[in-house]
Amino acid sequence: MSRPERTTILDARALSRALQRMAVEVLELAHGTEQLVLIGIQRRGVELAERIAKQIETNEGVVVPRGALDITLYRDDLQTVGPKPVIGETRIPGDLTGKHVVIVDDVLYTGRTVRAALDELADFGRPERISLCVLVDRGGRELPIQPDIVGKQVKVNSGERVDVLVEEIDGKDLVELVARGRS
Amino acid sequence: MTAVLGKDLVGLEYLSPDQIRLILDTAEPFKEVSERPIKKVPALRGKTIVNLFFEASTRTRISFEFAEKRLSADTVNVAASGSAVQKGETLVDTAKNLEAMRIDMVVIRHPSSGAAQFLGDRIRSNVVSAGDGKHEHPTQALLDLLTIRDTHGRIAGLKVCLVGDILHSRVARSNIWGLLKLGAEVGVCGPATLMPRGIEELGVCRFRRIEEAIEWADVLNVLRLQLERMERGFIPSLREYYRVFGVTQERLERAPRQLTIMHPGPMNRGVEIDSRVADGSHSVILAQVTNGVAVRMAALYLLAGGRPELADAAKGPAGGANE
Amino acid sequence: MRPLLLQGGRVIDPSRSLDQTMDVLIQDGKIAAVGTGLGSPDGADVRDVRGKVVAPGLLDVHVHLREPGNEDVETIASGTRAAAAGGFTAVCAMPNTDPVTDNQAAVGFIVRQAARAGLTRVYPIGAISVGQKGEQLSEFGEMVGAGAVAVSDDGKPVASSHMMRTALEYAQTFGIPVADHCEEPTLAAGGVMHEGLVATRLGLKGIPAAAEEIMVGRDILLAELTGGHVHLCHMSTRGSVELIRRAKERGVRVTAEVTPHHLTLTDLACEGYDTQAKMNPPLREAADVAALRAALKDGVIDCIASDHAPHAYDAKEAAFDDAPFGVAGLETAFGVAWTELVEGGVLTAAELIARMSTAPAAALRLPGGSLKPGAPADVVVLDVTARWTVDPVTFFSKSRNTPFAGRTLTGRAALTVVGGTVVHPGEGPSAA
Repeated sequence: MSRPERTTILDARALSRALQRMAVEVLELAHGTEQLVLIGIQRRGVELAERIAKQIETNEGVVVPRGALDITLYRDDLQTVGPKPVIGETRIPGDLTGKHVVIVDDVLYTGRTVRAALDELADFGRPERISLCVLVDRGGRELPIQPDIVGKQVKVNSGERVDVLVEEIDGKDLVELVARGRS
Repeated sequence: MTAVLGKDLVGLEYLSPDQIRLILDTAEPFKEVSERPIKKVPALRGKTIVNLFFEASTRTRISFEFAEKRLSADTVNVAASGSAVQKGETLVDTAKNLEAMRIDMVVIRHPSSGAAQFLGDRIRSNVVSAGDGKHEHPTQALLDLLTIRDTHGRIAGLKVCLVGDILHSRVARSNIWGLLKLGAEVGVCGPATLMPRGIEELGVCRFRRIEEAIEWADVLNVLRLQLERMERGFIPSLREYYRVFGVTQERLERAPRQLTIMHPGPMNRGVEIDSRVADGSHSVILAQVTNGVAVRMAALYLLAGGRPELADAAKGPAGGANE
Repeated sequence: MRPLLLQGGRVIDPSRSLDQTMDVLIQDGKIAAVGTGLGSPDGADVRDVRGKVVAPGLLDVHVHLREPGNEDVETIASGTRAAAAGGFTAVCAMPNTDPVTDNQAAVGFIVRQAARAGLTRVYPIGAISVGQKGEQLSEFGEMVGAGAVAVSDDGKPVASSHMMRTALEYAQTFGIPVADHCEEPTLAAGGVMHEGLVATRLGLKGIPAAAEEIMVGRDILLAELTGGHVHLCHMSTRGSVELIRRAKERGVRVTAEVTPHHLTLTDLACEGYDTQAKMNPPLREAADVAALRAALKDGVIDCIASDHAPHAYDAKEAAFDDAPFGVAGLETAFGVAWTELVEGGVLTAAELIARMSTAPAAALRLPGGSLKPGAPADVVVLDVTARWTVDPVTFFSKSRNTPFAGRTLTGRAALTVVGGTVVHPGEGPSAA
C-alpha cells in the first residue's frame, strides 16, 4: 500500500482563527452566556469545547460551564464495529433543564454520533435548546441533522478521511484531508 | 483494534491479564452510569438475556439483573425451583431449548463445576458464569479486583489473603487466578480440612494461622463459611471456627499495617468475621456490591459486542474522527 | 466344522514361551498342531497370516455387559460381538446387572444368552452379597454350579470388612477368587476424579489415592488371614502397586488387574470437563501410570482388563458431576496396549500377549491362554502393523463412550477364533 496523501485543511493558525469565530457565533446564537452550556463529544470534541469556552472567557470574562459526553453506549452499531475498549468520561455540569446546550464535535459526517449524543443528553434533562457546533462539516449525512455553527465546510469523498489533531492530545493543531493510498 | 473476551466468560483462568484489565477499565465509565439520574444506557437494547439460576442466589442475580437493565437488555429470570430443571430436564435439553428461543446471552449459576463451559460449548449465545460449582465465579473476582484497585490504586505487588473455606469456594479460585495474573501476591488461610490438595502449586502461599495471614497481608478477602460444613464434619463448631480463624478487631489491631477488609457476602457475623470489622472504616464490603454492577455491565457489554469476525469485517476505513 | 490352517504367522504362546514363525492347525474345535510346514487337510480353510501375530485368544476378566437390565446400552450379544472384534475369545461378566446376578438362575441366564450369541465365551461372575447390598452372602455354591467363575460386588466396594472376610473364607470351598472393587466409601463419597491439582483447579471433588489403597491393604490382610484368593480390580495407584508387591513377596494369594486407560491416561484428560475421562477408579497421575506399567511388566499386576463399561450415547453429555463413570473399552484395549506399551517400549510383544491371555486365565483359573495342541481352539490373529483411528461410531458395542476417540492406534484383531469357529470378522462391517 502506498502512503496516503495528506492535504492540510486548516493549519494551527487557521484553526485558531476558526475557533475564535465559532466562539463569537456561539455567543450570538445563545444570546450571551447566561443559559449556555458547552458539551464536547469524546474525545477531540471535548478539547474543542474547552478552547471555545476559554475564548468566550477571554471575550466576556465569564466562565462557561462545560461538560463531556461519551456516546459509545448510545451507538447503534455495536454489532458491526465491536465494543470500543475504552469508554471515555461523561461529565455533565449540573442539571441541563432550561439550558441552551451547544454540542461541540470535531467532524460532522453521517450524523449518527450527533443522533446518539441527542439521545444521551435527553437522559440528563430537558434543555431549552440544543445546538450543534462542529469544526469541520464534511457532508455525507445519513440522518436529517444539520450544524448551527461550522468552522470549515469541506467536500470530502467517501474514500477520504478528515483527521483533526489537537495540541492537548496529538501534540499539534492541524486539520488534514487524508486520501486513501492505492494498493 | 478490537480487544475481545471471546464468546463466553466462564473463568479468569482462561483470560489474559490484558483481558482482565480491559474489563476493569471498561467498568469505570459504567460506575458513572449508575450515578446518573436515568441509570440506563441503550448499549444492549434489543438483546435478550436469560438469567438461568440453578442455585438460589439473591445477590448475584440482582446484581446481574441491574447490570442488564441498565444496559437496556431484555431479561428473563429462570430459577431452578419449579422449572423444568427440577423435573429432570438435563442441561443439554436446557441448552437446546434456550438456543431454539434465539436468545443472545445466558447468565448461568449452577451447582456443578464446568456447567457454564458445558453450556457455552453447546450454544451460540454468549454464556456468562455467575458461579459454577466449586470452579469459578469470575464476575465476583472481577469486582473484588476492581475494589482493590479503587482502594489501593494498584493490584500488582499487593499481598491479598483469602481466608476461610478455600476447598469449596469458587470465589477463591477466581480470585487466585485474577490476582496472580495482575501481579498480586496471594495467600490462603483456613483450616486444613477446607484447603484443597495442591493449592500451593497454583502459586499461592498458605498460612495455617490467621495471625500469620494478618501479619503478612495488605488485603483480607474473608470468605463465607457455609454453615453446612459443620454438619459435614469439616469443622467441629462455628464457635471454635470463630475462635481460631475469625477475623476480629483484636487480631487486626495487632497487624503491622491497616488491612483492607473484603467479603463476597452474605456475611455470617460472628463466624468468619467480627461485626466491628465488617462495619469498620477499612471494610470495603459495600463498595464491592456497588462495583459488582459496574463490572457485570462491563463484562456483558464487551461480550455482547465481542464478535471478532464482525468487528474485523467492519473495521473498514480507519474511523478516527469520522465516526 | 472345516479345519482351519493359519499359515506363516508369528506364533506367540506365552504358556510355552513360544515366539517364532509357524503354522497353527485347528481341527474339531481344538488346536491340532503348531509347527512349521504343516500340510492342510482336505477342505481346510487356509489363511495366510504372514506378518501377523497368532496368539491365544485374549481374555478379559472384567467387563460389564449390562444384560439383564440395560439392554439399550449393551447386550450379551452386542458386548460379545465387541469383544470378538477386540480379539477377545472370553470375557468375565460382572454381576452389577439389574437385577443383580446374585443367584444360580441369573448366572444361568447369562450362560444361555452367551451360548445363543455364539461369539466370545462368557464366564459370569456372581455377586458376593445378595443385591450387592453388602449384607448377606449370595449362594456361591449354586452360582458356581451354574457357571460362575468368581464372585464380586464390583461397581461397589465391599464396605464391611467382616463381609469381605466371610466371602474370602467361604469362596475357598469352591476354589474361586473374590474380586474386589477397592474403594473406601467414606473417603470416595461424592468424588468424581482423582484428588490432586487438576481437581483443585477444576473445582471437582476428588477421590484420594488412599481411598483405593486402604481397601487394597485391607483385602490383602484379609486374604492373609483367611488364606483366600483376592483378585483386586482395576488398580490405579502407585501405593496399591507397592502393597501388592509386598503381599506377593510374602506369598499372599492376591492377583490384580489394570485397565488400558489407567496405563495410558492421567487426570489431565479431565481438563475441559471431558466426561469421557470420568472413570472409577479415576485416572491418576503420571507417577501412578509409571508404577502401574512397571508393575505390569514385572508381574506384580497380573493382567490387563478393560473394565468395559458401556453407557447410553447421551449419558456422558452432561456436567462432569452428573455424568456416569466408565469407558467402553473392549474394542480399543489391544490397540491402546500395543501402541502405548509395546511400541512405547514398556513390554515385549510376548509380555503383552501374556498379560492379556495367559495371565488373566491363570489369575481366575479359566481355560484358555494357551496354544498347546489339544487345547480349545481359542485363537486370535493380530495385525500389529495396522494403523487405525478410533471412531466410536464404528464400534460393535452399542455404546460410544471412550476417551480414545480420534486416536490413531497400531494393532487390532484380524481374526478371532472361538472353539475353532471364526467369530470375527463376521457379519456387518469388517475390521480385518
